[in-house]
Formats: sequence, structure tokens, C-alpha cells
Amino acid sequence: MSDLRNPLQRARGLGSAKDGVQHWWRQRVTAAALLVLGIWFVLLVLSLLHGGYAAAHAALAHPLNAALMIAFLIALFWHMQLGVQVVIEDYVHTRWVELTLQILVRFFAVLAALLAIIAVLRIALGG
Amino acid sequence: MAEFSLPQNSKVRKGEHHPAPAGAKKPRTFRIYRWSPDDNRNPRLDTFELDVSNCPMVLDALLKIKNEVDATLTLRRSCREGICGSCAMNINGVNTLACTTGLDECKGDISIYPLPHMPVVKDLVPDLTHFYAQHAAVRPWLRTESAAPDRERLQSPADRKKLDGLYECILCACCSTSCPSYWWNGDRYLGPAILLQAYRWIVDSRDEDTGTRLDELEDPFKLYRCHTIMNCTRTCPKGLNPALAIAEIKKLILERRG
Repeated sequence: MSDLRNPLQRARGLGSAKDGVQHWWRQRVTAAALLVLGIWFVLLVLSLLHGGYAAAHAALAHPLNAALMIAFLIALFWHMQLGVQVVIEDYVHTRWVELTLQILVRFFAVLAALLAIIAVLRIALGG
Repeated sequence: MAEFSLPQNSKVRKGEHHPAPAGAKKPRTFRIYRWSPDDNRNPRLDTFELDVSNCPMVLDALLKIKNEVDATLTLRRSCREGICGSCAMNINGVNTLACTTGLDECKGDISIYPLPHMPVVKDLVPDLTHFYAQHAAVRPWLRTESAAPDRERLQSPADRKKLDGLYECILCACCSTSCPSYWWNGDRYLGPAILLQAYRWIVDSRDEDTGTRLDELEDPFKLYRCHTIMNCTRTCPKGLNPALAIAEIKKLILERRG
């Protein structure tokens, strides 16, 4: 209590950002999507256990599987970014480090998702 | 970064030992956190062996220590019946009220610390200035624009029932200081106690400022630092559910978006 500010001034801070519900809701929607798609993903992997490369390739080339896989990847990396964002906000309190990390995590999520999606598309579209 | 270890001058050292008096009928051991701002020393953990035959509650034992063993032991207490919230402290790892915690509920030796992660004024007295300022910041009173009626403001029994489980909060700060989110981000996160108080006015059918109240809470830090860890609900000595109140606020903010 050395900066002479009134406690109420400190408690109010910069006021409300009037934001946050969108992040919170997206995190829950992507979680719900991952719950369903995750089950599908596990079932798909199990069905391919002894099939070898050709069977896996054929399965992923099926339009339904390719579409579900891309949906799974989008939900996965989106949810990851939203979650890691919160972890960084929680624990990293040096502003420039926090900002740098937030930007890096976003770049990583988008790039990794694009890479994975392109890989799926190559297989699905017969590359 | 969030701090996970104590700074050097906050490390707790071994303290004094006060043995039980000869012929103690019911001796129990208390380990109590001691720190004074006056002597420029690290905090210490004093051990008191006490005859607790006339002490039903933890608060009774603390007062017995203060009266008969060490008068410098500093703690807050007032009502001794769980309605003022003054004697909130960490007893055997749980934030609770010393006056409503029976010694028979405590197993083994009893460790007593001030409420966690708050600045300490002395011994078991935490500095709750910021906590109270956060309470003031949500303006916890009836806000209306309609002309004041010339009688009581009426409320249906069903609407009154919505305040049950909320109005009983005594602002002891047990819940907020048990919340890891409040530990790391208490400067901005309002914490479970204050959010429960805010919700108490949001659901009050007589209040006319609900939208503004929600506006003021909708913030990544003020409200959404709650990650439903649920320590608040588990620790509340009044058996309230701050986590539910916070979830209801989040639902209302979502609801008004369409």
C-alpha cells in the first residue's frame, strides 16, 4: 500500500473490458465438438490398428472421414489456443512476455492447423 | 510471473515452544503462524501445548493461549458465533471460522495460519483492504431509477427465495482466499465472495440496474478468471455456493447476447 492510491481506485482498475463471454463460450463449444469428434477419432484409429498404410490412406480419403478430420483439427487447435491463452493470462504477469507468448501461440495454432488440414486435403483430393 | 515460492524474508522459521502445563487433562498441540511488522524478523511457527478441557472451539483455544500463555498472539474475533466473519483463518489447511470449528473436528495437531496469499498485518490478521475495496466496487446496494415508493418495495415469495444462499454471506473472505485464481490475479479478479455479492443484487427483483451490473462484470479478469476450481464452495463455512453464483452470472451474460 505504498503508492498512495485509494483502495477503490485500485479495485476498479481500468474498468470492465465488456468482453470475455465470447472467449468463454467458444471454449465450451469447441470442447463439446471435441468430445464428439474425439470419440469418432479414437474409433477411426482403432479401426485402422491392423490395416496398414493403404487402409489408413483409403479411410482418410473418404469424404466423410476427411471432413470430420478437418473439423476435428480445427476444433483441436482452436480449443488449444483458447486454453493456452488463459494459462498465459493466469501465470505470466510480465506484459511484454505475455504479449509475445500470446502472439506466438496464435501463430503456432493457425500454422499447425493449416499444415494438418492441407495434409488431409492432399490425401482426400488424391494428391 | 506468478510467484510459487516465498521470498526469503517470508520463509517460515521454527518458533517458540510452549509446553503443556503440568497435570493437563486434555493436551492438544497447536502450531500457529506468527509474524510481527515491528521486529524485522521472518515469520515463525510457534508450538503451543494446551489443556483444552474447557475449549470446545478452535477460537476458545486461541483465546486461552492469548489470555494464559502469550498475550502477544494477534487475531481478529468478534461475535464468536459465525455471523461476523472476523475469525476467518486457515485451520489444518482449510479456510474456515475459528469460532464454528470444533476442536473435536480437528484431527491430530492443529496448524493455524492466516488466510492464504493475503498481506499479513500481524500473526493471524490479514490485510483485507483490497478485498473490501472490490466489494465496494460492485456497489452492493439496491440501485433504482423509479421513484421511491412510499412503503416497502414489494417482492414475491418466489423472488425472495432467489436470495437464499446469497444473503447469508458474511464476507469472511474464506472462499476468495482459497481460490488459486484469486491468489495469482486477485488484483484484477473479483473473486468468489465479491461475485456472489454481485449476483445477490443481479437476481434481486427490486433492483433496476441489472444490465449495468452485468456490463461491469463482463471482463476476462473481473469475472472470467473463475475456472470452476470449486475451492470456494468446498471451503465456505456458511455452506454457500459461490461457484454456482458465478456460473449463473456467466449464463446471464450469455443469455442477453441472444
